[in-house]
Amino acid sequence: MAENTNAAGEVAAGAPPGMPQLNPDYFANQIFWLIITLLVIYFVLSRVALPRIAAILAERQGTITNDIAAAEDLKAKAEAAEAAYDKALADARAEAQRISGETKAAIQADLDVAIEKADAEIAAKASESEKAIADIRAGAHDAIKEVAKDAAKDIVALMGGKADAKSITAAVNARMKG
Amino acid sequence: MADEAHGGGGLSFHPMDQFEVKALFGGSDIHWYTITNVTLWLALAILAVIGLLVLTTSKRDTVPGRGQSIAELMYGFVYKMVEDVTGKDGIKYFPYIMTLFMFILCANFLGLIPMSFTTTSHIAVTAILGFGVFFAVTILGFVKNGASFLGLFWVSSAPLPLRPILAIIEIISYFVRPVSHSIRLAGNMMAGHAVLKVFAGFAQVAAIAPVAIIGVMAIYGLEVLVSAIQAYVFTILTCVYLKDALHPHH
Repeated sequence: MAENTNAAGEVAAGAPPGMPQLNPDYFANQIFWLIITLLVIYFVLSRVALPRIAAILAERQGTITNDIAAAEDLKAKAEAAEAAYDKALADARAEAQRISGETKAAIQADLDVAIEKADAEIAAKASESEKAIADIRAGAHDAIKEVAKDAAKDIVALMGGKADAKSITAAVNARMKG
Repeated sequence: MADEAHGGGGLSFHPMDQFEVKALFGGSDIHWYTITNVTLWLALAILAVIGLLVLTTSKRDTVPGRGQSIAELMYGFVYKMVEDVTGKDGIKYFPYIMTLFMFILCANFLGLIPMSFTTTSHIAVTAILGFGVFFAVTILGFVKNGASFLGLFWVSSAPLPLRPILAIIEIISYFVRPVSHSIRLAGNMMAGHAVLKVFAGFAQVAAIAPVAIIGVMAIYGLEVLVSAIQAYVFTILTCVYLKDALHPHH
């Protein structure tokens, strides 16, 4: 062990054995290269990397904000479209009700006219029929009178009487009235 | 166990060899400009940062892919940390803090690759980071607040007789900050890696190799956590110090 440690110490060019960290021969070299490294990293970061990442993040933030605004816009449009649709539907419903009411009224009017006309026709037909019946009745009355007169004349002749037309007519008329 | 190991023909532990700084292209002298394994792993850290934050975001997708999500998460994580701890006026120091965070995070994780060199395990590296933060924050405090920055040490909510004593304590703790800041990071990284090496050394003995390997796996998992947490701790403490500089009054 001790020999090994000494060997390591000898490699370190006469430095105290043990920690190479404490060998002052190395300090200048490390400090020089470290400062160069830090400067290079600083310039790479401040000139290239950090502005670029900041721009990416800002752009993303902007995109997200824009997208949210666009989404809200579209949502408002959709709501407006829905409202317009609802209004159109209600309008159409009202229009349909109006048209159906109007149609109903028109049909009712036509129907009334038709019924009236039919009633008038029926009344005319009825009065015509009544007149025909009255005629027929009057006709029947005369015929009966004629038949009665003839029958009365024949009956009187059969009984051996001689009846004059005048007195038979008078008799038949008196009977018919009774 | 050690006797058995020696008997078994040279059980050798070199837990600290991994921290050795070596010149990459020959030569044993390490000058300040020599290209060493430190240079290599620092360069790899730069590449890792570029790979994580620049290459992943090159498409600038509005809907991020996997790589871009990681970059955005890291950005958001550090940004929110800076904003929450220092307030709105600390945001302009965000690139500096992001630099520290990304460097420490990438260096820590690169150090977990087997056979790699852990730059953040060196006190020289973390001391520069720690003292850099310390001086930057102190200078910033005086520039922003002038002499009233010293109010940081004068706890006006304490009873008057206690205040000088508290001021001494506050000043000591203020100057200890960079030391603890840097030693915490280097110590954590170094200790973890050294323990890994020690466990790996025990794996040379067949009888205890399974236990040693399970140990290595367990410690490795722990070290993954430590790597991320130490980067986080370093960064949030930097934010706290920055907050003290911007708003020195309690």
